[in-house]
Amino acid sequence: MREEIIVSGRHNHLIDPHLHIWHWQIPLYLFLGGLAAGILIFAAFFTLMGKEDKYRAAVKIAPHIVPWVLVVGLFALLLDLKHQLYFWRLYTTIRLESPMSWGAWVLMLVTPLSFIWSAIHIKEIFPKWDWKFKILIDLEAFFTKQKRAIAWVMGLSSVILGVYTGILFSAFNARPLWNTSILGPLFLASGLSAGAAVIMLFSKKHKERNMFSRIDIGVIVIELFLIIHMFMGFLASTQVQIDAAELFLGGPWTAPFWIFVVILGMIVPVILEVLELKKFKIPVVIPASLVLFGSLMLRFVIAYAGQESRWLY
Amino acid sequence: MRYAMAVDTKKCVGCSDCVVACQTENNVPIGYCRDWVVESTHGTYPQLEIEIRSERCNHCDNAPCVRCCPTGASHYADGGIVLVTPNKCIGCGACITSCPYDARYPHPDGYVDKCTFCIHRVKKGLEPACVSACPTKCMYFGDLDDPKSPVSEILKVRKHKTLIPEAGTKPQLYFLI
Repeated sequence: MREEIIVSGRHNHLIDPHLHIWHWQIPLYLFLGGLAAGILIFAAFFTLMGKEDKYRAAVKIAPHIVPWVLVVGLFALLLDLKHQLYFWRLYTTIRLESPMSWGAWVLMLVTPLSFIWSAIHIKEIFPKWDWKFKILIDLEAFFTKQKRAIAWVMGLSSVILGVYTGILFSAFNARPLWNTSILGPLFLASGLSAGAAVIMLFSKKHKERNMFSRIDIGVIVIELFLIIHMFMGFLASTQVQIDAAELFLGGPWTAPFWIFVVILGMIVPVILEVLELKKFKIPVVIPASLVLFGSLMLRFVIAYAGQESRWLY
Repeated sequence: MRYAMAVDTKKCVGCSDCVVACQTENNVPIGYCRDWVVESTHGTYPQLEIEIRSERCNHCDNAPCVRCCPTGASHYADGGIVLVTPNKCIGCGACITSCPYDARYPHPDGYVDKCTFCIHRVKKGLEPACVSACPTKCMYFGDLDDPKSPVSEILKVRKHKTLIPEAGTKPQLYFLI
């Protein structure tokens, strides 16, 4: 038996007895960032496929919420900082080794693009919208002309945004639960699933909703595979990662993870979506809000449980 | 130049003088500490074995905190000492999360704070505060590239270990066992 005690009485705020430096702001931001990435990836993809009118909600309607989603997310991120007035330091350097630096810069690209995308489609929502100033009208015409180029840049940078929300965690080998590269694709998939859910909510066409139901089912099945792979990886790894997996396999995070994330957030909506495709009448709001809830809970559970996982010494 | 420290776990009595010396020297805010003492007990009574370690930032050669810092506030200074520049630090907490030793903490003023190996004293040719205050003289500090430094001399003759070398951080705080 071995017991380790800090006999000099260390009680550093937010560090002891176990790390709890990141609170609701980070998982909320990761959810919103993933959601924004998901919507923009679909918008860019269907634009480049030339199916803007077939999937109108995905390309022209749902992206309008993205700038606001990102603004709320960035505000949460700012609230998380302990030295807030220095946040601009993020933009005085590029640190390729730091996922957070990647995130800061990619947001610098995605956020303005999402505003531009919303602006060139604003007439879809407000047909009588008037830009009033000539320069704004010219700008709109210019960006509308460049739509395909914008879609390319927006799509690719949104993929980086979606992956980075997971890589942010997985780059920390000090927290064994996070130290798995599966989190990158898992969070991207979760963001795509959340994006599809929002598009379903906005879509008025049965065909489009069906399409996104199908996409969502596919993405959630991929998520379930990734989760299984994550646990296989943990259980075949070192003791610290076995301990990390135990947090979800009998440990204190078992119930929140399996009930909220996997069952309510993934399995139930998949069943409902399959039933809907089989012509059962199910209000779209139920599977869509369950998917969004599950996506949010995934970030919360991983963020909080990860801070409890640690090396032994 | 490569600064390092060695702590003799056989000589340390766990008095925590190093902790108080550091807090006084570095104006560490009340309720926080940059170094701490761990008592590690192995076995079952009456077959007990105890190891006492004065721990702090390991000033790793491959420091995850420097790698993940988005602004470059966490950096390697002369001699491999890992430091934080307060007015570059945004207090995002990435470095705190990345440290397997939990050696960093958020200073009440917002930036992240940690052991500096008392670089301000070392530059003047003095020892770090914890080393100079230790009543059992169980700590050794110096330049690993200098074979005559106290830390090089002791590591040559004593069996030693580092903490969680498997985390790949290449820690530079050695424990004589």
